Amino acid sequence: MDVMPKWVDIIVVPLFSLFLAAALSALLILAIGESPIAALNLMIEGTLFRSAGWGYMLYYTTNFIFTGLAVSVAFHAALFNIGGEGQAMIGGLGVALVCLFIPWPHWTLAIVGASIGAALFGMIWAGLPAYLQAKRGSHIVITTIMFNFIAAGVLNFFLVDVLKPAGSMDPASANFPASTHLPTFQDIAGIIGFEKAFRSAPANVSFFIALFACLATWYLIWRTPLGYEIRALGKSGPAARYAGVRPVKIIMIAMMISGALCGMMAINTTQGESERLILNFTEGAGFIGIAVALMGRSHPVGVLLAALLFGFLYQGGAELALWTKIPRELIVVIQALVILFTGALSLMVRAPLERFFISIQRARV
Amino acid sequence: MTIKPAIELRGISKSFGPVEANKDITIRVMPGTIHGIIGENGAGKSTLMSILYGFYRADSGEIFVDGKKISIPDSQAAIGVGIGMVFQHFKLVENFTVLENIVLGAESGALLSPSLNKARAELAALASEYELNVDPDSIIEDIGVGMQQRIEILKALYRKANILILDEPTGVLTPAEADQLFRILKRLREEGKTIILITHKLREIMDITDTVSVMRQGEMTATLETNETSPENLAELMVGRKVLLRVDKTPAKPKNPVLEIEDLNMFDDFGVQRLKNVNLSVRAGEILGIAGVAGNGQSELLEVLGGYQKADGTVKVKGSEIDLTTSVNGDGQARRAQGIAHVPEDRQREGLIMDFMAWENSVFGYHREKSNQANRFFMDNNAIRRETEGKMHRFDVRPPNPKLTAKNFSGGNQQKIVLAREIERDPDLLLVGQPTRGVDIGAIEFIHQQIVALRDRGKAILLISVELDEILSLSDKIAVMFDGKIMGERLPSETNEKELGLLMAGVAEQVAQ
Repeated sequence: MDVMPKWVDIIVVPLFSLFLAAALSALLILAIGESPIAALNLMIEGTLFRSAGWGYMLYYTTNFIFTGLAVSVAFHAALFNIGGEGQAMIGGLGVALVCLFIPWPHWTLAIVGASIGAALFGMIWAGLPAYLQAKRGSHIVITTIMFNFIAAGVLNFFLVDVLKPAGSMDPASANFPASTHLPTFQDIAGIIGFEKAFRSAPANVSFFIALFACLATWYLIWRTPLGYEIRALGKSGPAARYAGVRPVKIIMIAMMISGALCGMMAINTTQGESERLILNFTEGAGFIGIAVALMGRSHPVGVLLAALLFGFLYQGGAELALWTKIPRELIVVIQALVILFTGALSLMVRAPLERFFISIQRARV
Repeated sequence: MTIKPAIELRGISKSFGPVEANKDITIRVMPGTIHGIIGENGAGKSTLMSILYGFYRADSGEIFVDGKKISIPDSQAAIGVGIGMVFQHFKLVENFTVLENIVLGAESGALLSPSLNKARAELAALASEYELNVDPDSIIEDIGVGMQQRIEILKALYRKANILILDEPTGVLTPAEADQLFRILKRLREEGKTIILITHKLREIMDITDTVSVMRQGEMTATLETNETSPENLAELMVGRKVLLRVDKTPAKPKNPVLEIEDLNMFDDFGVQRLKNVNLSVRAGEILGIAGVAGNGQSELLEVLGGYQKADGTVKVKGSEIDLTTSVNGDGQARRAQGIAHVPEDRQREGLIMDFMAWENSVFGYHREKSNQANRFFMDNNAIRRETEGKMHRFDVRPPNPKLTAKNFSGGNQQKIVLAREIERDPDLLLVGQPTRGVDIGAIEFIHQQIVALRDRGKAILLISVELDEILSLSDKIAVMFDGKIMGERLPSETNEKELGLLMAGVAEQVAQ
């Protein structure tokens, strides 16, 4: 059988795509008049060798794990959830309501409550377009992207009208009570006397919930009958119908799980970092999730690795903007190149690599 | 001087991967005739016409139009040499008017109205010449299917087509509309147009064509003068005469009825009636074979019984009625729980998930059953893998590797994976569609033995096949389907291919009288 080895598909293809994106970015940096080597050094140093850098990178990574997993679950059912932004925003609303209006005695309980609130709200926000797709055939790509705008509007309304403390000029909710504040990595490291490892970094315990979500998603997709049905429907509609898998049900469930995961991103950003609900806290993480899922090939381990990479790019990009002439906008361009190469253009990379490895195999036989 | 053929194809071959859709096809169509191309679904008719119309490029072979060798790289080139095509599924813009649709793609300039005016005049001329009357200003979605087809024909004529290809034109038409279409085609022939009619309906060929070519599994098996042939002859050529595979089996010992179907009716999404008052019964320890030319309702029957098509009527399995009114697609699992196993006609589209591994496919449809669960939440993948390995050995699947993806097995081995899954469940009723389509000889024998063995264990089997030989050698009772109806039931010992062929062609009356 002429297929390239699996490890090429899983490891070499994404790395090669990444390399191409990096090479093109290097050219861009050269054109600006900066040294690409120095820029890379700066990115690595600013992320991996500085205590705050670590903490920021993992903070971003947490977001990307949640949204990346969310997009993956939908991908398995052959659904393209572009509505991560909106689902996360509404999830944030859920977190805020839970944290503000329920008196929590301790953060351990608060994080459970907030997770449920975030997941529930995200689930509902994804469930509406899912219903429209499953029952009415409205395309999920269109509806989820429109729901992003609706979500932004809803968030605006709540922050300007409902949740804003009287007299405040800031479109944000009141600060959450201290009993809901999550321990940051600095706090955790402090317990064992290593405070220095994560100085003033926003990464917090929700990172561990993200890791747990990876594990849970893996079990869901590959070990449960539901995951089996999601994958079956995603691979072949007619076959799923033959086997008695109900498309309407599976589309709804897959999208609602996806929405719940997106919503849970808000426990990191809203409960963990800002400790109040603010505007635009998602910072595009819902869209980055698409790239993370593509690069991670919709596998939780891949998603985790890709989320780490994008966390690195986010934090490294901030460092570049801080210390070099490279404008903030170029960072976005570089990130976009990575998304482009690892996501949309990965097939472009894959085809020649596949030919290459097959020819090696043939030569060996 | 001899007349040159309007179209001549010489040695056309076309493969899609390992599948040879057209093998060395040679055909001559004389001008001013109606030439039928008949063959079952998947025989390669549409591929051949797609080559002629420039959708595909042949791997080898030559095309001549009016005696001149040409190449047809795309459909524009085909139109350029006067070939027009009317597709099975119309290519009309629903919310455009008739006139706009006719002009579409053949506009004469940047402004629309001169083209439209020109087209209006020409349309009037065409209408009077060929008696193809249409209202140029009505909107497509407001007019009937027969009229839409007429517009497709006009579109081709407007583009100066001299050769018209019609792909299964009557598939969507009522009988009255079909008659009207045939009148139009005859009229076009009188005016000197050449027509190629692709169909799998024998009667249409007999009614209207001058010559007919029969295709089977990618090959052109015969080209005949229509008036020198007969429906049964064509049916035989179409279904083919393979080496008759004798199946070793003892006479059936039928017991109580397992499947009882009463007055089953079914309409498809387009409102076309696909099953018409079907009455059947299959008893335990008996194989009922349903013969018929593909597309006469057999697939729909399987889908209804398999639980993913709605229908009206009564169907009882072991005396208890099953629910035919399921509003959601997918009561397949309920059917399985009632003891109905189903080997679908198209294993690659329905029976298997081609990207799943063999072990994942081996519980497809049964994945929620207790025996496949490790506990309340998780599937017992290790046990399923072990079990699959056993099944693969028992059904001689090669290679017996449960971790191989379904698409990497050959057709015969894919089918064995499906059969192993369905038969090892020990169902009361097994529905089998085209069990040996695209399967090599060795595997055919094995598959037939397994089906007979299940019968001998006292199970009921409903077999659907377009291979008459298979029906004759496997069945204990044969029912023939035509146009959604059961034309009659026969015992294999008391019938022959000729009689079945006639029933398959829908000419029961003459046989009976």
